[in-house]
Amino acid sequence: MILAGSASSSPWYFWGYFMDHLHTDLGWLWDHVWLSALPVLIGLIISLPLGYLARRYRFVYPPMISITGLLYTIPSIALFVIVPPLFGLKSLNPLQVPIALTVYSVALLVRVVADGLSSVPDEVLQAATAMGFGPLRRLFSVELPIAVPVISAGLRVATVSNVSLVAVAGTIGMDNLGRLFDQGLQLSTPVPYYPPIVLGIVLCVLLATAFDLLIVSANRLATPWRRAVPAR
Amino acid sequence: MIRFESVTKQYPDGTKAVDDLSLVAPSGEITVLVGPSGCGKTTSLRMINRMIEPTSGRIWLDDRDTSTVAPAQLRRGIGYVIQHAGLFPHRTIVDNVATVPFLLGHDKREARKNALELLERVGLPQSFAQRYPAQLSGGQQQRVGVARALAADPPVMLMDEPFSAVDPVVRDQLQNEFLRLQSDLGKTIVFVTHDIDEAIKLGDNVAVLRVGGHLAQLATPAELLSTPTDPFVAGFVGRDRGYRALGFATAGEIPVTDEATVQIGSELNRARGVASDGWVLVIDESRAPLGWLCLNGVSDSALSGTVSESVLNLGGTLARQGGTLREALDASLSSPSGRGVVVDTDGTLLGTTTASQVLAMIEARAAATRNGSAELAKDAS
Repeated sequence: MILAGSASSSPWYFWGYFMDHLHTDLGWLWDHVWLSALPVLIGLIISLPLGYLARRYRFVYPPMISITGLLYTIPSIALFVIVPPLFGLKSLNPLQVPIALTVYSVALLVRVVADGLSSVPDEVLQAATAMGFGPLRRLFSVELPIAVPVISAGLRVATVSNVSLVAVAGTIGMDNLGRLFDQGLQLSTPVPYYPPIVLGIVLCVLLATAFDLLIVSANRLATPWRRAVPAR
Repeated sequence: MIRFESVTKQYPDGTKAVDDLSLVAPSGEITVLVGPSGCGKTTSLRMINRMIEPTSGRIWLDDRDTSTVAPAQLRRGIGYVIQHAGLFPHRTIVDNVATVPFLLGHDKREARKNALELLERVGLPQSFAQRYPAQLSGGQQQRVGVARALAADPPVMLMDEPFSAVDPVVRDQLQNEFLRLQSDLGKTIVFVTHDIDEAIKLGDNVAVLRVGGHLAQLATPAELLSTPTDPFVAGFVGRDRGYRALGFATAGEIPVTDEATVQIGSELNRARGVASDGWVLVIDESRAPLGWLCLNGVSDSALSGTVSESVLNLGGTLARQGGTLREALDASLSSPSGRGVVVDTDGTLLGTTTASQVLAMIEARAAATRNGSAELAKDAS
């Protein structure tokens, strides 16, 4: 890559740096988008039944929360590295990072789903059962809609933390905004060269903000009842 | 009709919540299950719609053994009202009311239209339809809860302490409207409460349960007050039961004396000539009593202006002619002038009565009952 020397090394040159390598950087941004979002969606789908079990059977809750919580303590770089042998993939397989990040999302979201379902008042559950809702119907048309605010709060945390974890995978050579930090490091010899690093930070923050706004708006749309103010 | 046939509920740890309960809740009537906490009243109620399965025994809904009906299907045919209403916070009021019709797959527009009518029926304006439960007071939510239970027009309703979580004034209102509604609808209702006064007020039949899920007594409220079957029931029914029993005794014809009155808005100094013992009854244009005016210790010079509502003593209750002895006695005891105000069913003044006159009626009635039972006893021997 021929990068150095062509431009200013001021940290504020990040925009120029972006325009200079627009095609590559946009490609990495897109990689970063789906690598951040997809694992959260898959993680949510996996966490729904697990969280339901933890809520339904009280003895399942403590071990489920402990185990998923422990998953989160595995350093991300280590998880990226051990996923391929565990799942029988070649190293640098494109699924390597999404699988690892899905594990983190599940670690966060199982508890969120379980707590979200617990936020449904007992008398609401009782009334639903007494009116003749079956367990599945009750889950999807009563419990989950009421759990949406708690679950979307968890989704915000999971998505934002994914944006930063994806960048770590850039340092092991997977394409995404993390590559910018790798570049910055390589270009920083013998003198520090900041533009790619600042660009990486700015794009990550913007991306995280965009995801956050998206989830907050979706939550607002899904829960008009939360904004209903007591009359008088 | 709901029939419990030797129903027992025993938990794995051996505690019996309900022990060999047999009772019948007749069609079209309110049967109240009442007792201290731990008496199994709520467990019994929830066994009717299979929210809890009995360990042994059967529960019949008319001629159907409930254990042979799929729970969800059984429940859609039974209205259910609970404490705190348990409305769905994420659905509008109208959709809350239409919950069971939606579950049954009824046409949505039709179901919402019926829901709007039901809202009016339980005393809520239709403008509430698009609100969410959080925008309603506790009492209003409870009304929605009743409307929701009625939405699919089930013949049977189960009510678990529905009015316990609202303040006493609202509770009294809800109870009265519930009775009015039931006199129109004639549902078969099983009603659980821990409040004996509520049981006596609402029940056609009252089942008193004791801790451990034993039926202590099943009787009409009047029987319960006059002849409790054992010390537990007597203790539970509580004090003042002689007085409260008068609430179930119709007074017959209350003897009334004509009462001189002044109309609201007339000159104050006219009241002086009309007052007896220093008190004068004030009425409105349609002769409905408004309150008492006290003239004791008021000098003639102070008597200027007109009779306004602000000067009235509102302490006295009213007795309806044809009402109960309790109303009649209370009207005369609560009246500041000592003269109880008697009105007809339209609320128009008939005259006044005194505590001693009402007591004479109570004495006469009690004497008749005593002699009646003495004769019965004689017959038996």
